[in-house]
Amino acid sequence: MTELLLGAQGWSPLAWAQLFGHFALLSLLAIGGAITTVPDMHRFVVGERGWLSDSAFSGSIALAQAAPGPNVLFVAVIGFNVAGLAGAGATLAGSLLPSTLVAVAAGRYGTQRAHSRALRAFTEGLAPVTIGLLLATGWVLTEPSHDRWGTWPLVAATIALMLRTRISPVWPIIAGALAGMLGWV
Amino acid sequence: MPVAQRILVEQRGWMTRDEFLALLSIAQVLPGPNIVNMALIFGDRHFGWRGALSSLGGLMLAPLVIVLALAALVRQAGEAPFVLDALRGMGVVAAGLVLSTAARLVTALRGNRMGPLVCLGLVLATMAAVGGLRLPLVAVLAVLAPIGLAIAWTRLRP
Repeated sequence: MTELLLGAQGWSPLAWAQLFGHFALLSLLAIGGAITTVPDMHRFVVGERGWLSDSAFSGSIALAQAAPGPNVLFVAVIGFNVAGLAGAGATLAGSLLPSTLVAVAAGRYGTQRAHSRALRAFTEGLAPVTIGLLLATGWVLTEPSHDRWGTWPLVAATIALMLRTRISPVWPIIAGALAGMLGWV
Repeated sequence: MPVAQRILVEQRGWMTRDEFLALLSIAQVLPGPNIVNMALIFGDRHFGWRGALSSLGGLMLAPLVIVLALAALVRQAGEAPFVLDALRGMGVVAAGLVLSTAARLVTALRGNRMGPLVCLGLVLATMAAVGGLRLPLVAVLAVLAPIGLAIAWTRLRP
């Protein structure tokens, strides 16, 4: 029960605050959505702190993508796997609170400026940066499988399926779980 | 997002298609998830902060319970090797899903005023700094975002 609430490693207020703080900072940097901050979450949670293994990190994100609801919920799964429900609260609140305040403020400021030069410069200027971040995210998520033969064919097949069909992502994720158990990826 | 559009615009008639697109363009520029930002602004516009909170709760609560229940189930299975193998395989597909989003955005780059070379340079620099060198995102964005903004700003001169 305690493990469900606070995680397997025990709870420390400092670690909890660091988890919240890091995700809150990333929330403000999430120009292309929360998924573009995945490499930095990995750098912090897996690299710097060693709270999760590579596979557990990638698996957390995959699990959230297989489930219904907004993709941003993957941050709750990462938090849950680090520190139980308390951790899920830290990462989810951290990810939503700052961007929520900014969104509500911007909504009140008005939508009539939506086509101004500054907004267009913002969208066009940052589009390539967003793509670079998504590519980095793809690289980080395949990290535990870089040396297995099936990895890149499975990535290519997933991309093709998503671009050419309207199939739900649940199916390729189940296929990925099977491929993992068979040792292909 | 297509589901949100169908319900808000077509079924309920809570906003017009143009209002939906205007809201979406704001939500995309803001930090944070687009769908969450849209729900917040829409709720706030109609019912103030209470509306913002309830649309956020309505959007997130049920899926949050489902995904955490799934995570708890996986946790129960513990460190069994087949669970770790399955998670690793799912991670590979998750990467494919993210990369398919990137592929869609690449098509949208065609109309970008910065031109293909500048765009390619920014893509590669971001990828190398964040994915390869594993530099902190704050530092990378502090350098690359102003460069992109400045180039786009000058190219957009009316």
